[in-house]
Amino acid sequence: MKLPYERPTIRKLTAGALNKFGPRAGATPTTALDGVRVEELVARFGSPLFVLSERQLRRSYQAAVRAFGTRYPQVQLAWSYKTNYLNAVCRTFHQEGAWAEVVSGMELEKALLNGVPGPHILFNGPGKRRADLERACAVAAVIHLDNADELHLLLDVAASRPAPPRVALRVNLDAGSYPQWDRFGFNLENGEAWQALSRVVASGRLELVGLHCHIGTYVLQPSAYATAAAQLAALALRCQRKLKTTVQYLDLGGGFPSTNTLKGAYLPATDTVPSLDEYAEAITGALLAAGFRTGELPLLVLEAGRALVDDAGSLIGTVLATKRLADGRRATILDFGVNLLFTSFWYDHHISPARQFSDQTEPTVLYGPLCMNIDMLRESIALPLLSAGDQVVVHKVGAYNMSQWQQFINLRPNVVLIDQTSQVHLVRAAETLEYLQQLEQVPVHLQS
Amino acid sequence: MTTFYRLNLLPPHPSLPFFRMKLKPNIATSDAGFIFNPATGDSFAANPLAADILARTKTGQDAAAIKADILERYDVAPGQLEKDWDDLLAQLRDFNLLD
Repeated sequence: MKLPYERPTIRKLTAGALNKFGPRAGATPTTALDGVRVEELVARFGSPLFVLSERQLRRSYQAAVRAFGTRYPQVQLAWSYKTNYLNAVCRTFHQEGAWAEVVSGMELEKALLNGVPGPHILFNGPGKRRADLERACAVAAVIHLDNADELHLLLDVAASRPAPPRVALRVNLDAGSYPQWDRFGFNLENGEAWQALSRVVASGRLELVGLHCHIGTYVLQPSAYATAAAQLAALALRCQRKLKTTVQYLDLGGGFPSTNTLKGAYLPATDTVPSLDEYAEAITGALLAAGFRTGELPLLVLEAGRALVDDAGSLIGTVLATKRLADGRRATILDFGVNLLFTSFWYDHHISPARQFSDQTEPTVLYGPLCMNIDMLRESIALPLLSAGDQVVVHKVGAYNMSQWQQFINLRPNVVLIDQTSQVHLVRAAETLEYLQQLEQVPVHLQS
Repeated sequence: MTTFYRLNLLPPHPSLPFFRMKLKPNIATSDAGFIFNPATGDSFAANPLAADILARTKTGQDAAAIKADILERYDVAPGQLEKDWDDLLAQLRDFNLLD
């Protein structure tokens, strides 16, 4: 039996600034995901490979329901389709009881195909076309109005509808967080939101059922949600008082962070990101103190995306080559890049080797396989002495990567779901050249 | 030989001294992999295999014999070892440890 090989390397010893955390000894390998060996997954489904954990999807959903549901009597989660609209993911959340939050006609159709009843689909988004509005009305989805043009377009569509479409108003406001998101919905402070609400009610053609506010993304201050909840609640009470209209639900949107570390952050997100319970406490506390009469509390709707799905996704990849850059730094080229890991533009993803190594590590730049200078996954990460053929696992990639991925230079790979009994299911097959070509048409004069 | 490198000309043939793994005579090494350059004050840590290679080099063993022994003892393909050998040479050159 031969000894395990590790390539010979030397590392310059530097006395840098003192670090109270000390050096990490080695990197903990991830040899299996939900009880299935990484080696086996690659042998069966190839590399790169996205792996989803059904157990974690359900666990995250139930944790969110528990955090809000134990503090407030009526809570409804609406799964944010854009975060990951693979049907297997959507259906897992719908089985758990989630409604659907969609932002385009395409997503609306996906939600319907996933069996979500129209009234349980919340249609957000700043770019709804007439056909989208007509379709939403036809299936009785709730339309979240984003701007005055859309409001007037919907009034026009509603004129020929037998029943008034159900709508909610998207409101943007100063919640004390920076940057203030004011591109979605009607502004509260300048009176635009109230003007729109008055028009909706006065038209008699629309049924106002909700108010919506999405204050941002990866928002780290629970207090900002408390401000938004209090303002939205005050607006709902004003609707009741002045427009004689009861708002059935308040939708506080999403934007809750996961524990992925943002680029440039001094401490890892696991140490700095507030728990979902802190957000729940802030939001429900504000609503309970807003002045609603007993029994008249509106339904609280949340559109959590990232916080529900990020932890459930992993990406397995393979080292294609290692090389040395002009300044002596190690560079490692992987078989996936920013084409599949879009979130590497804003996160320093946690990446583990997929087998046991010695405690020797070296700093390396991680590049993807694209012939593009922007294709860099980590500027510097301490990893074991990887060689071509070694596998790595990128953790917490469930949000956005499987919807924002690009068919660019390489085709998209397989996606599998590991169910709660550790059975592996292919939920999206790897793309083929035929799939890529099928929509293209070559003009006759270029065919010979 | 350094001139070749700096001018970005074609590298010399592997048999030429440029590719020989010969440490400068003043470089101190230990069995545990500690390397010290008294001329610059720089110190380095070698992993076990690199430390082994450097120790053998210092005793005068030639590259072919060292490689043959590594192939005999370790689970590594000859092509991978050649690539990693060149990489170690590049590191030693980069750290200015070669004669």
